[in-house]
Amino acid sequence: MTGGESALGLVFSGDPALFAIVRLSLAVSLGATLLAAVVGAPLGAMIALSRFRGRQAIVVALNALMGLPPVVIGLAVYLLLSRSGPLGSLGLLFTPAAMVVTQTILVLPIIAALTRQIVEDLWLEYRDELAAMGVGPLRRVRTLLWDARFSLVTALLAGFGRAAAEVGSIIIVGGNIEGFTRTMTTTIALETSKGNLPLAMGLGMILLFIVLAVNVAAWGVKQFGTRFEH
Amino acid sequence: MNSCRTKTGRLGLLLGVALVAMSAVAAEDRSIVVASTTSTQDSGLFGYLLPRVQARTGITVKVVAQGTGQALETARRGDADVVFVHDVEAEERFVAEGHGLARHPVMYNDFVLVGPAADPAGVRGKDIVRALQAIRQGMFPFVSRGDRSGTNQAELRLWKAAGMDVNPAVDRWYRAVGQGMGPALNIAVASDAYVLSDRATWISFRNKNGFVVLVQGDSRLFNQYSLILVNPAKHPDTKAALGQKFIDFLLSPEGQRDIASYQLEGQQLFHPNAGPGSR
Amino acid sequence: MQALSTASSELPICLDGVSVDIGGTAILRNVSLSIAHGAPTVLIGPNGSGKTTLLRAAMGLVRPVSGVISWGGRIDVPPLRRALVFQRPLMLRRSVADNLRYALAVAGVPAARRDARVAQLLELVGLSELAERPAPRLSGGERQRLALARALAREPDVLFLDEPTASLDPAATQGIEELVRTVSARGVKLVMATHDLGEAARLAGDVVLLHKGAVVESGPVAQVLHNPVTEGARRFIAGQLLL
Repeated sequence: MTGGESALGLVFSGDPALFAIVRLSLAVSLGATLLAAVVGAPLGAMIALSRFRGRQAIVVALNALMGLPPVVIGLAVYLLLSRSGPLGSLGLLFTPAAMVVTQTILVLPIIAALTRQIVEDLWLEYRDELAAMGVGPLRRVRTLLWDARFSLVTALLAGFGRAAAEVGSIIIVGGNIEGFTRTMTTTIALETSKGNLPLAMGLGMILLFIVLAVNVAAWGVKQFGTRFEH
Repeated sequence: MNSCRTKTGRLGLLLGVALVAMSAVAAEDRSIVVASTTSTQDSGLFGYLLPRVQARTGITVKVVAQGTGQALETARRGDADVVFVHDVEAEERFVAEGHGLARHPVMYNDFVLVGPAADPAGVRGKDIVRALQAIRQGMFPFVSRGDRSGTNQAELRLWKAAGMDVNPAVDRWYRAVGQGMGPALNIAVASDAYVLSDRATWISFRNKNGFVVLVQGDSRLFNQYSLILVNPAKHPDTKAALGQKFIDFLLSPEGQRDIASYQLEGQQLFHPNAGPGSR
Repeated sequence: MQALSTASSELPICLDGVSVDIGGTAILRNVSLSIAHGAPTVLIGPNGSGKTTLLRAAMGLVRPVSGVISWGGRIDVPPLRRALVFQRPLMLRRSVADNLRYALAVAGVPAARRDARVAQLLELVGLSELAERPAPRLSGGERQRLALARALAREPDVLFLDEPTASLDPAATQGIEELVRTVSARGVKLVMATHDLGEAARLAGDVVLLHKGAVVESGPVAQVLHNPVTEGARRFIAGQLLL
């Protein structure tokens, strides 16, 4: 039985273990993306709209942070959350929460940097009118984020893609514990290392399908949004 | 108008809080973290054993499978409650340092030397030392885990017993991959190299590709597994009571029977040997 | 935000020796001008004469490098009772009605009253049927009307308009001009820049002719357009290029 058949067989038979893995993968990646968006989008917008000394350096740093090596983040979070580390008393190591934290740290710079770019471009259009209307700084951020909402979907999608693909760092902080912190990507890594290539490939196909579905959904949202374009 | 943005924000916050809460709640119920080796996990032993542990003791065991070296390191940091590894010297050092209370031998299996069926070095037989000497003399490709795991330490001790020095930088036929047993086997099979493996992982390995067991049965290939409870005096967050209960179960006649009853492809993979008299 | 029920605090708008630089270039040179209550004041002049910049300065969007601008005798008055309609007004990426709601929210109108005001304003500018249309989909004339409605949402005392009919066809132009008259009749002071001398003739009370950032001539429309005093004004009215 090929890996595709065996993996699909599991899906159609409603294998609870497989569903648990998929559910956890989505929960962790979506959760991290949303958390990163809640913090990163307003942050990016604020940087886009403000003028202060050192701003250019911040913009460059933000863009550079997009390329943070995930495994380094994983190690850093591991050291933080370990019992002998500063945040050890939270007891978060080897839990899904630790994986969400790691992925949020990874995704945040992506969303912030992309949001900054999108909002800055829109600001060129909006600046005069909003100044004439006397719109204050906080409202400006909200207005631009809302009006850019369809483009921001692209930023969120990029963040989700990064989160969904992550393996190394979440194995470090999650421990790849069966039934608790095993995601699709970590299971693929594990099965591959056990030589169970067909199953790994089957799981890979399911993961690809999910990522594709999310992309299609995002495209649909953007299409809907074009009715607000000129 | 900005409801969509705030809704997303609230949703994200909710998810984050939920995950943290879930983790916190889970930490309160009867679960322990066991740092173990990849051989016990990859062989499927835990998949077989843990439901039985849960049924008998009510303990949920979360296994973090790393190499022996990394598992002991994890325990040194206080991130595990019990270690379940197979490197006598490292374990004794761990206990001597005060991180663990005591070593409890629980089961054994053996190592095997696997290689291509054609066996170019002619090592087939029962003598591991002679086999290693032949491999070195002929400079046949050999894959080592190189990851401070129990298997890796055993392999290095065997080279020493054979009176040979191996230096990965100079001996190009010796490839230290720095990974677990599974990836090491993958690499060995792909490059027609000899490799020392624990029998359990080899039996459950799905990518044998014509490789066979060439050397087995040498007493020097004996592989002892032990359980150690992390010392609560040194790491106050250790779940000592639950951890001890877990260890007691595996050492009990019932636990030992469960270990013995685990089979893969019709073979018993691990042999229980708890109690006085075991190494 | 309470409306001041006494006489407008925005007027008269006095520019006293005002010069404005943009990007190192002098756009307005030593302009002195007074904008008072009453019929619309219309700014005319060739491209680049500084009409837009003068509007922005009077609106308070641009700071002069020299000279003083005062509103009702005070300087540095925040533009609470002033509004500006840009030549190409920005359409927020939401519906027409939501654009208006936004303007009302910014102006501090309590949420409970917004819907009623939106309906009123849409009625005034003739966009009631397009309330739910995405604003970026409006035609040029419809955009100007929405921008006008947004500006009126603030109940301004002074309304600045930057060439509102410049890119509109005659039918749309007529619609906007009627609206302008209606608004002026309600007591809002209008300051409007235009290319079109005919439009100036139709709408203005006072006319200000600008050339190269300086006031060439200003006065009642009948005088400037039919009996200009200065040579520059005479040549401009006659249709010659001012260089």
